[in-house]
Amino acid sequence: MFNQEELKEIENLKSRYETSQSALLPVLWMVQEKEGWISNDSIAKVAKVLDISYEHILGVVTFYTMFNKKKTGKIHLQICTNVSCTLRGGYELFKYISEKLGINNKETTEDGMFTIEEVECLGSCATAPMLQVNNKDYYENMSIEKADELIEHFKNHINEHLKQ
Amino acid sequence: MTKIILKDIPDFDKIEVYEDNGGYTALRKALLEMTPDEVTEEVKRSNLRGRGGACFPTGLKWTFMPKGKDKPKYLCCNGDESEPGSFKDREIFEKNPHQFIEGVLLANYAMGIKTAYVYIRGEYYKWINILEEKLQEAYKKGYIGNNILGTGFSTDIYIHRGAGAYICGEESALMNSIEGKRGYPRVKPPFPAQNGLWGNPTTINNIETLANIPEIINNGGEWFSKIGEPKHPGTLLFGVSGHVNKPGVYELETGTPLIKIINEYCGGVTGGKDIKMVIPGGSSMPPLTKEEVMSVKMDNESLKAIGSSIGTAGVIVMNEDTDLVKILIKIAHFYYHESCGQCTPCREGTGWLLRMLKRIDEGKGRIEDLDLLINVSENIEGNTVCALGDAAAWPVKWTIRKFRSEFEKKIPASPVTPEVKNKVHSLRHSEEPVKN
Ligand SMILES: Cc1cc2nc3c(=O)[nH]c(=O)nc-3n(C[C@H](O)[C@H](O)[C@H](O)COP(=O)(O)O)c2cc1C
Ligand code: FES
Repeated sequence: MFNQEELKEIENLKSRYETSQSALLPVLWMVQEKEGWISNDSIAKVAKVLDISYEHILGVVTFYTMFNKKKTGKIHLQICTNVSCTLRGGYELFKYISEKLGINNKETTEDGMFTIEEVECLGSCATAPMLQVNNKDYYENMSIEKADELIEHFKNHINEHLKQ
Repeated sequence: MTKIILKDIPDFDKIEVYEDNGGYTALRKALLEMTPDEVTEEVKRSNLRGRGGACFPTGLKWTFMPKGKDKPKYLCCNGDESEPGSFKDREIFEKNPHQFIEGVLLANYAMGIKTAYVYIRGEYYKWINILEEKLQEAYKKGYIGNNILGTGFSTDIYIHRGAGAYICGEESALMNSIEGKRGYPRVKPPFPAQNGLWGNPTTINNIETLANIPEIINNGGEWFSKIGEPKHPGTLLFGVSGHVNKPGVYELETGTPLIKIINEYCGGVTGGKDIKMVIPGGSSMPPLTKEEVMSVKMDNESLKAIGSSIGTAGVIVMNEDTDLVKILIKIAHFYYHESCGQCTPCREGTGWLLRMLKRIDEGKGRIEDLDLLINVSENIEGNTVCALGDAAAWPVKWTIRKFRSEFEKKIPASPVTPEVKNKVHSLRHSEEPVKN
């Protein structure tokens, strides 16, 4: 269930729109930020608080690619391989990280640390190649060396990173 | 070069600096000295055209909104920015957020709107936070909220975060997304100005479009209409990426020659190579050949004249070594992935295009596939609820039309049967004339 503070925030979100259903995307974001993904239980919870059907929410969650339908690793590396990034080595970057971590697209390492995903253009084409981490931070002007450093950094400072 | 949005003033994103340099004076002027209709008139006079891709005249769009207060009216500011090769609106959030906010306030005043939503793509987490902070600053200073500047005019601005769906940049899908639904485009008519958000009158404008408004009110529509190309005046934020030495966002007048953008502003093609192909305005726009790049000016009319469009002014430069089949696969994959699935020609057609292109890339293509690709494209084009279908079809159709030999190179030679001969008009692989 949502705690008092969260319920207050949901009321605040609802007040911005004509219908409470309109608060669905922001509420789903709240859930995902807290739990890392959107489980069936969470969907039921949201259905109750916004008074809309479970099926409707399932339809919405499955439509938008940023909502995780299953748990990802602690660090979700989203590597752009669209045109401008490909022209500047985005695909090689993806391949390299994939081989280094020994996982394919949308897979998670056995220790639950990393998930990798090939994603479409993230609006960072002038600073290609690039990747995003956990739907948040952009790492731009990447290279193989920088990817090595970044992965080392996450391994060593995982807790600090997750606290942010 | 005139700069309207990305001015060279340090810390211009800070509200104090913005105010010290004339920020929020347009709002003051409009609220205290102008009627809402006068604001719209000024925008009409400026000839400003939408920067979201379709180039629709902004002032005219605003006049479609009904007058009166019997129904709530809404403004949706489109910051979905998901067309590959586009990254300009993000620059506005970062470098000049208050001018955009002031533009929203002016639009709301002109159309009698009490609530605006800024729809920003979910991946732009950082820029959503930046804009949220700037909105709070403006609320604190009394530019947004109740009784703005003591004039009795009240309006609110909220951010709505998307969640990874290109289609939500299409205006009616965007409204569905705000309503908490799947981002399915709506059938038009009815148009948003009659029946938009929750069935109420709604206007949708791009972020860059709105960021132009304060300077139009400050300096007059006529001033703006004289910058750049008369039919498509003002400046554009060109986002240049790919094989250039200095990729980035450049604010330049409309009508700037493309080759000048590439060579002078962006420092030329990387490694001093030759140009093979340039996409002028985001990945859905028909690409240009080197010859076209050498002479075209960057405004909508000039590009229209050679069969392309300005789109989002996202310029993607590709050098002579680029494998165009692989690039087109990326583009086709994008539209296949992003099709919302409502319309059969788009949902199925994008998959066909992708599979055929992959087959060609794997060396298993047949020469008649090239005409088939064009045929499938033409059967998607114009046959869908929204323009995503066109966006998927154009790059395939035009890349093959303009760069056919690049594709033929990957197709293994095979005996050409009379049946095939009837289907294709390029018979590079036939060794002997085919007998019927
Ligand atoms: C598939 C598709 C995606 C679109 N994406 C965007 C977008 O990301 N940003 C945008 O401003 N307009 C986008 N548009 C255009 C909008 O529908 C709309 O025309 C535009 O936001 C209007 O603003 P303007 O008149 O200021 O240009 C898209 C259109 C289509 C068909
Ligand atoms: S192509 Fe990778 S960010 Fe645009």
